[in-house]
Amino acid sequence: MTEKRAGTPASPHVALFVTCLVDLIRPSVGFAALKLLQDAGARVEVPAEQTCCGQPAYNSGNRADAIAIARQVVETFERFDYVVAPSGSCAGMIKRHYPELLADDPAYASRARALAAKTYELTSSLVEVLGVTAVEAQFPATVTYHDSCSSLRELNISDAPRRLLAGVDGLTLKEMDEREVCCGFGGAFAVKYPEISMTMAEAKIRNIAASGATCVLAADLGCLLHLAGRLSRDGSPITCRHVAEVLAGMNETPAIGQPQTPE
Amino acid sequence: MADAAKAAPTHSFSEAAAQALADQDLQRALLNVKRGFIAKRAKARDKLPEFARLRDEAKAIKDHTLSYLDLYLEAYERKVIESGGEVHFAPTAKDARDIVLRLCRDAGARLVTKGKSMVSEEIGLDDHLEAAGIEVAETDLGEHILQIRGDTPSHIIAPVIHLNKETIAADFIRDHDGLPPGRSLDTVPDLVAEARAVLREKFLGADVGITGANLLIAETGSSVIVTNEGNGDLTETLPATHIVLASIEKLVPTLEDAATVLRLLARSATGQEITTYTTFATGPARADDPDGPRAYHVVLLDNGRSGMLGNEFHDMLRCIRCGACLNHCPVYGAIGGHAYGSVYPGPMGAVLTPALYGIDQARDLPNASSFCGRCEEVCPMAIPLPALMRKWRERDFDRGNPPFRQRLALKSWAFLAKRPRLYHALSGFVMPVLARLAGADGRFRHFPLAEAWTGTRDLPAPEGETFQARYRKSRVKP
Repeated sequence: MTEKRAGTPASPHVALFVTCLVDLIRPSVGFAALKLLQDAGARVEVPAEQTCCGQPAYNSGNRADAIAIARQVVETFERFDYVVAPSGSCAGMIKRHYPELLADDPAYASRARALAAKTYELTSSLVEVLGVTAVEAQFPATVTYHDSCSSLRELNISDAPRRLLAGVDGLTLKEMDEREVCCGFGGAFAVKYPEISMTMAEAKIRNIAASGATCVLAADLGCLLHLAGRLSRDGSPITCRHVAEVLAGMNETPAIGQPQTPE
Repeated sequence: MADAAKAAPTHSFSEAAAQALADQDLQRALLNVKRGFIAKRAKARDKLPEFARLRDEAKAIKDHTLSYLDLYLEAYERKVIESGGEVHFAPTAKDARDIVLRLCRDAGARLVTKGKSMVSEEIGLDDHLEAAGIEVAETDLGEHILQIRGDTPSHIIAPVIHLNKETIAADFIRDHDGLPPGRSLDTVPDLVAEARAVLREKFLGADVGITGANLLIAETGSSVIVTNEGNGDLTETLPATHIVLASIEKLVPTLEDAATVLRLLARSATGQEITTYTTFATGPARADDPDGPRAYHVVLLDNGRSGMLGNEFHDMLRCIRCGACLNHCPVYGAIGGHAYGSVYPGPMGAVLTPALYGIDQARDLPNASSFCGRCEEVCPMAIPLPALMRKWRERDFDRGNPPFRQRLALKSWAFLAKRPRLYHALSGFVMPVLARLAGADGRFRHFPLAEAWTGTRDLPAPEGETFQARYRKSRVKP
């Protein structure tokens, strides 16, 4: 069911920015995103020339490589009506940081701004651009939703995923306390300062457990790999999934970091 | 570069952080940051509908002042002189220490009382005065506790946030002479009453009072302090000499501007609408004033700040030291202030400390952030703290400071990310291999060269083929 925003082409040409983590670790999220966008009426293309948004370089102070990667992403994606990433962090990189990175580059500055303006995180693209009001999916479980810091604070997204989840059959959403607090992933931060990162994860996991949820959903695979890795190390029964899998009704793949066949 | 004051972070951040994480007392004390400050600030902000507008106004005031800082400093100095005071410019921490010591000696000081001042901590003033034979009495309750412990502040507005009241009671029993050792110090009011009695003697006997300044006002030549204990007023008004020790960026043009900043300061810091005391000091006592100091000096510290004017860290000079970024920082909340090894901890310290002491001395501070962005969100001066930390990371990277393995990993990743065909060929081969290695388990408990990840959490295994590989196949066979 969709209700398109005024000015959106009838069948917009959308590029899926798969993100490196989804491409490498959890392709199901990419296929779920593809299905959600197609169901919403988009003509979706997945450019082969994509790799990573450059965030690891950018946040580690390796500005030269970040700029080179940003230029490559601009060249690959600027011909589409919209660019959608199943990640607030990568979408935030393109939307908020590319314009700054390429501001002094006369050949790319305005192109970076144009790309930023048409780049969206998946759930917000579905709600705000493609006008999706309901999805056809079922997920009989009590879940909690983890807002990634980049979704929440760089992109101001908190409503879109919850509106979509409200339409999933059988799903009960229980909010956790301190939901605006970081889970401790932070990209390279998670391996540069593992003890601090883990203390933050433990605080987050206490709030997740207290919510009564059996499954954590989020729109960023980085946070999810980090939380799932700690939950399974603790032997917790709480599982983690990308929100796109649930919204697309594609839950055949075991939850993140879980065994292939139930033990 | 500043001299080797106690502020210079020469210790190992990682070791200090690990110790902090293992310190159960500290972890218990740090819960107070969460329980206390965060909710109170949110409530104070919600009660003030114009909070966002005030923030824009305050930012504009500071930006304007910094653009004409030389002119405002001159105007401020003229007003201080007109009101009977003197201004002393101190380019370095050493200059500031020497000036304050000279002023104390000129005043024949044997006992100096002090209000809470982060600039004083920054320049290591207490040790310098004590070494010269002058007794220094910190009069802020928190600073008094630190002084008798030989400790340093762990928070810029709540210096003893790392301590529990039982620890403080033990310190009082040990250090406050002439009181019955068996006395009851079980409650906070007990502790406050005792500190008050002990400090009263100091207030009455002091020859010089030294305070910091939350603001300096060019229009009137006034210094402003905000306190909740009243110790600042007694420090300013009882001794014959009042010395204000402040850094140059504390300046605002007018009284009206000061009011705008003050409306944000207490709300952002403690969640109060206004602090219990907001004290304006303008020159020494007039002829018909019933009391007040006979001499009024302002020592203005630069210590690297003028070098930040107009460079990429310029925005940091708007900071009003409210501590909101510390209170909302999950890293600060995990390790506390001491682990940063700087007078200025948390996000504001992560930006300011390298500016004062050099990035080589403080490289962990801007690196130890998950860039969650809460500091920027709550900053009443709209300082883009994560962006400024990233600027330090860039300088750090350009200087070749990150460990070799980190640099190698980053450069290798970037090399592949810039070559999509190679990237996909390689990942298309490697990911299925990794998936087979993990087997039905779906995760790795150990992984070569990834102990930093697998030491504390499992590494979820890849599903198998990459998305790109599966997607291309599905397109070939419709």
